Amino acid sequence: MTQLIVKRLLLLPVLLFIFSVFSFIIIQAPPGDFVTSYIAELASSGSSMDQAQIDALRSTYGLDQPLTGQYLKWIGRILRGDLGVSLDWQKPIGELIGERLGLTVMLGLLTFFLSWALAVPIGIISAVKKYTLVDYFFTIFNYIGIATPTFMVALIAMWLAFSWFGVSVTGLFSSEYVDAPWSLARFGDLMTHMWLPVLILTLSGTARLARIMRANLLDELNKPYVEMARAKGMSEWHLIIKYPVRLALNPLVSTIGWYLPLIFSGSLVVATVLNLPTIGPMLLRSLTNQDMFLAGAIVLIYCLLAIIGTLVSDILLAWLDPRIRMES
Amino acid sequence: MTEQKPSDPSFGRQVMGNLTEASAVSYQPMVSMDEDASLAPPGADVHSEDFYLAPNWKLVWWRFKKHRLAVISSVIMIIIAIVAIVPGFFSTQDPHVTDALQSFIPVQMIHFIDDGAIRPFVYGAVGQRNPTTLRVEWQIDENVKVPVKFFTRGYPYEILGLFTLDIHLVGVDETAPVEVDPAAKEASAGPNRVSTSLHILGSDRLGRDQWSRLMYGTRVSLSIGLVAVAISTVLGIVLGGISGYFGGTIDMVIQRLIEILQSLPAIPIWLALSAALPRTWSVEQTYFAITIILALLAWTTLAREVRSRFITLREEDFVVAAKLSGCGQPRIIFRHMVPTFSSHIIAAVTLAIPVMIINETFLSFLGLGLRPPAISWGVLLQEAQNLQSIALAPWLLLPGLLVIVTVLALNILGDGLRDAADPYTS
Repeated sequence: MTQLIVKRLLLLPVLLFIFSVFSFIIIQAPPGDFVTSYIAELASSGSSMDQAQIDALRSTYGLDQPLTGQYLKWIGRILRGDLGVSLDWQKPIGELIGERLGLTVMLGLLTFFLSWALAVPIGIISAVKKYTLVDYFFTIFNYIGIATPTFMVALIAMWLAFSWFGVSVTGLFSSEYVDAPWSLARFGDLMTHMWLPVLILTLSGTARLARIMRANLLDELNKPYVEMARAKGMSEWHLIIKYPVRLALNPLVSTIGWYLPLIFSGSLVVATVLNLPTIGPMLLRSLTNQDMFLAGAIVLIYCLLAIIGTLVSDILLAWLDPRIRMES
Repeated sequence: MTEQKPSDPSFGRQVMGNLTEASAVSYQPMVSMDEDASLAPPGADVHSEDFYLAPNWKLVWWRFKKHRLAVISSVIMIIIAIVAIVPGFFSTQDPHVTDALQSFIPVQMIHFIDDGAIRPFVYGAVGQRNPTTLRVEWQIDENVKVPVKFFTRGYPYEILGLFTLDIHLVGVDETAPVEVDPAAKEASAGPNRVSTSLHILGSDRLGRDQWSRLMYGTRVSLSIGLVAVAISTVLGIVLGGISGYFGGTIDMVIQRLIEILQSLPAIPIWLALSAALPRTWSVEQTYFAITIILALLAWTTLAREVRSRFITLREEDFVVAAKLSGCGQPRIIFRHMVPTFSSHIIAAVTLAIPVMIINETFLSFLGLGLRPPAISWGVLLQEAQNLQSIALAPWLLLPGLLVIVTVLALNILGDGLRDAADPYTS
C-alpha cells in the first residue's frame, strides 16, 4: 500500500513537468509576446513606457532568451509561488485566483459527494428492481441526464426561475456580500446560492454514475456466491448490501480518476452561464483578452486538480481492492 | 448496459438451455458456435441453415432489430441526417439574411385545419412599439392568419454544391391573401405593424429566422461530430492496433501517451487551443481546426479498446493458423483480426459522435469554437447566453432541444449497436 502511494507520488513531478510544458505552450500560442501586448494595452489607455522600462520587463520575463530559457524562468517563478501578473486585471495572479480557486474546489467537491450519494442508491435500486417501473424511470432519467449539456440545464433553470419567481439566479453571493470579508453570514449567503449550480452539475454526473453502478451490480447479482448466500437463508437486502454492492463499488471508485477532473473543468461552462466567481469564467475571459499568463496559470491549476483526482482514485482503489494492492 | 433488453426475456433463457451447464455459468468470453446462437432472431430455429450461413453483419442486424428504442433512434437519426444533407430544402428563409424590423418574433406554430378544411396557416405576428424601450414588440395575434404552403418556391439554395434548387418544404403562400379579422384590423390600426413572414421557431435578435438557422446548424454540428470522430477513429485504430499487435516498447510508449492525454483536463485545453486560432481565419479554416482540436484528445478511449481486442486475439488459434499458412501481417490484421471486432468499433464510434457534438456545442456556445457567420447549434445557443435574452425571447433556447434529441438518439443507437455487436451477453 505505502509502496503504491510512494510510486504514484514519484510519478507526480513527471506529470507536472509535462503539464507545465503544455501550459507554457498555451501561453506562447498567440502571436506576439507578453510585453508587446502590454505596451499595446498601455498605449490604448493613453500612457506609454520608455525603452529602458521595456527592456527591464523583457529581461524579467526572459523574453530576450530562447523559449527554453523563458520556460525555465516562468516555471522557476511558479515554483517560488509567484504566478506572475495579469495584464487584464493589473494584479498579481495569485491574489486574483485565491478565493475563486477555493470556490471552484468547493463547488466541485459538493457536486462530487452529492452525485455519489444519489447515484449509488439509484444504481442499486434499478439493478435490484430490474425491469420494473422504478428501473425504467431511472433509465430514462439517466439517458436524459447524459444527453443534456450542463449549460442547457443551467439556461433552463435560469429561465424557469425568472419566469416563475421573477428572480435572477446568477452569482454566488448577494450584492452586499460580494466584496465582504469572510464571516458566518457570508458563508450562509454563499450556501443559499451554491445549491443551484451544485444541483445542475450533479444531474449529469449522477446519471453517468448510476448507469455504471447499475451495470456493475447486475453483473455481480448473477454470480454463484449470491445464489449461495441466498440458499443459506440470508435476508435479501442484507445480502445485497454486504456482498455484491461492495464489489460493484470498485469499478465506480475507479471512475473518480476521470469524474473529479470532469466536474472541475465541466463546471466552467455552468459557471459562465450563471456568472459564478470561479476560475472557469476567468479562464474564458483571459483567453478572449489574450491575458496569457493568467490563462496559463489557470490551465496549470486545472491540470493539478486533474492529477489530484487521479491520485485520490488510485489510492482509494488500492485501499478498497486487495488485488490491486497486491499487484504492485 | 450489457444485459439483454426487456423485450425478449424468455429468449435468452431458452437458448441458454441448449448450452452445457459449464458454459451457461461461465463468464469467460469464448468463441464457439453455441455462443453465437444467442445472436439468433427470436423464434428462429438456431439449428436452421439460415442461421449457420448468416454472415456476421446479419446476426448483428437480427439482434439490433429487437432493440425497439434503438430502431426508433436510428429513424430519428436518418431524418436528422437528411436535414444535414439538404438544409436548404427544410429552411424557409435564407439563414444569413437579417432584418432589424423583424427581431424577436415569437414561435409561429403551423396549424393544418382552418374552419374544418385542410388549409395550413400560421397566426400572424403583430408588432407594437413599446413607448419606453422604443423596441417593436411582437405578439402572436389569432385574428391574423398567414396561409402557408408545402413544397413551395422560395430563395435558391445549393444541394451539396452540385446544383441549385428553389423548392422548400414549407413557406408562406404568396398567392393566397392574408386573412385579417376586420374588427381586429380596426383595433390594430395606427402604429401597429403586421408581419406576414413565417418564423416556425421565431426570429432572433437580428431578425434572422431561427428555424432556417437551425437547419443549417444541423449540417455543421453533425458534420463536425462525424469528421472529428472519423479522425479520432483512424488515430485510435492505428495507434491502438500498433500498441496491441506489436507490444513491447512501442506499446509502453503509446500507453503512457494515452495516460497523459487522458489525465489532461479536456475542456480547458480545448478552450485554450481554440483561443489560439487566429481570428483572421476563414470559416472553413476554423471549422477544420476545431475538428482537429476535438479529435486530438478523443482517440484514446478507442485506442485502448482496439488494443485490448488485439491482445486477446493475438493468441487465438485462427490468427496462429493464418500466420502458419504464410499470411503477411497486413492480411492477418485487416482480413482476419479487424472483421472480428469491427462491429464493436462501429458501436464505439456511434457512442463517440454525441460526445463530440456536445463538445463542439460547448466551445461555440462559449464563443471560442465556430464563430459567426458560421452557424452551428452552439453558435445558435450563444444568442441565449444571458438572462436578458432568455427573458425576452425564450424560444432562443429551442435549438438546445434538438441537441438533446440528437445526443439521446445517438446514445440509444450506440447502446443498441453495442448490445447487438457483443455475442457474449445473453
